Amino acid sequence: MYAVVAGGGKVGANVARSLLAMGHEVTLIEQRPYRFEQLQEEFEHQVLLGDATELHVLERAGIARPPELVLGVTGDDEDNLIICQIATEGYKVPKVIARVNDPRNQEHFDLLGITQTVCATSNVLGLVEHEVPEHGFVHLLELRKENLEIVELQIDRDSPVAGKRLAGISMPAGARVISVMRGGRSELAEDSTVLRPGDQVLAVLEPGKEDELRRVLLKR
Amino acid sequence: MVIGCGRVGSSVARELAAEGWDVTAIDEKEEALARLGARWTGGFVVGHGMDAEILRRAGVPDADAVVVATDGDNTNIVIGQVVEKRWDVPCVVVRVLDPARADFYAARGMRTVCPTQTAIAKLAEAVRRESRAAETAATS
Repeated sequence: MYAVVAGGGKVGANVARSLLAMGHEVTLIEQRPYRFEQLQEEFEHQVLLGDATELHVLERAGIARPPELVLGVTGDDEDNLIICQIATEGYKVPKVIARVNDPRNQEHFDLLGITQTVCATSNVLGLVEHEVPEHGFVHLLELRKENLEIVELQIDRDSPVAGKRLAGISMPAGARVISVMRGGRSELAEDSTVLRPGDQVLAVLEPGKEDELRRVLLKR
Repeated sequence: MVIGCGRVGSSVARELAAEGWDVTAIDEKEEALARLGARWTGGFVVGHGMDAEILRRAGVPDADAVVVATDGDNTNIVIGQVVEKRWDVPCVVVRVLDPARADFYAARGMRTVCPTQTAIAKLAEAVRRESRAAETAATS
């Protein structure tokens, strides 16, 4: 596979190194001269000096081939968005992934059609939520492209569904229980599965259905 | 609405206000207000143009026209698309200094204005005019 990695900071350099180790062909683009010189020692001809939002820089990196993958992982969200747009819309690059530095910019990426994004801050927040669950509800995974998310919640003694079979619970439309973890063991959810207090339930749902699901399973 | 109140943005804001438009300018620096002059009666909001909440508060969703002229090409291109897609503002004009990016987005329907391209055309034309004049002088 040929990949262009735009942005040679810690993220870009490490991803480029890993892709190379996997046997892929990589061009790394970095615009800060002092950083470029550092990278050159390791990546030699595989790193390019320039602003990856400039078309002639991307052309030199072989954007017209086109690469199978372009990563916009600079420290600037606008740059990452533009790099991914130029790659997909201008050069038909089949797969682009953008780094979101400021989670408040996530909505811009969504609106402008860059669906594959990674935001370290949001991930950290997700982990914090996992450690300190609010309302017994943890966001585990967001599948933006599929418009689905996976959440985890814990059935407690007051839950209206404790002691009920899954088949007997009227789940909100667009939500489904996937698995139930009990005593350290996880089982795929079946119609016959009975929910008990202490169960950790994984559910898949459309974003925005959280409140409905909470009401049905936890009554709060 | 004028997003980015530097030399270009502030002049556009003042010119349109003088023609009777109801203009609000947005800039991340409060000092930018001074560029609008002591008698500025239009709106002024301090904040970053990438911040959707600032744009909402400033009234972008109801604007008839938005001029995006911050000092960053990529910032302008992103803001321009956000304003157009999210709020359907009928007229969005975006300043892009890099001619290649200006062309790229113009081809995708964005109304871009490229001062660099204008400068290139004018400078080249000035030289051509000079050499034509010299030729005419030599032959006469």
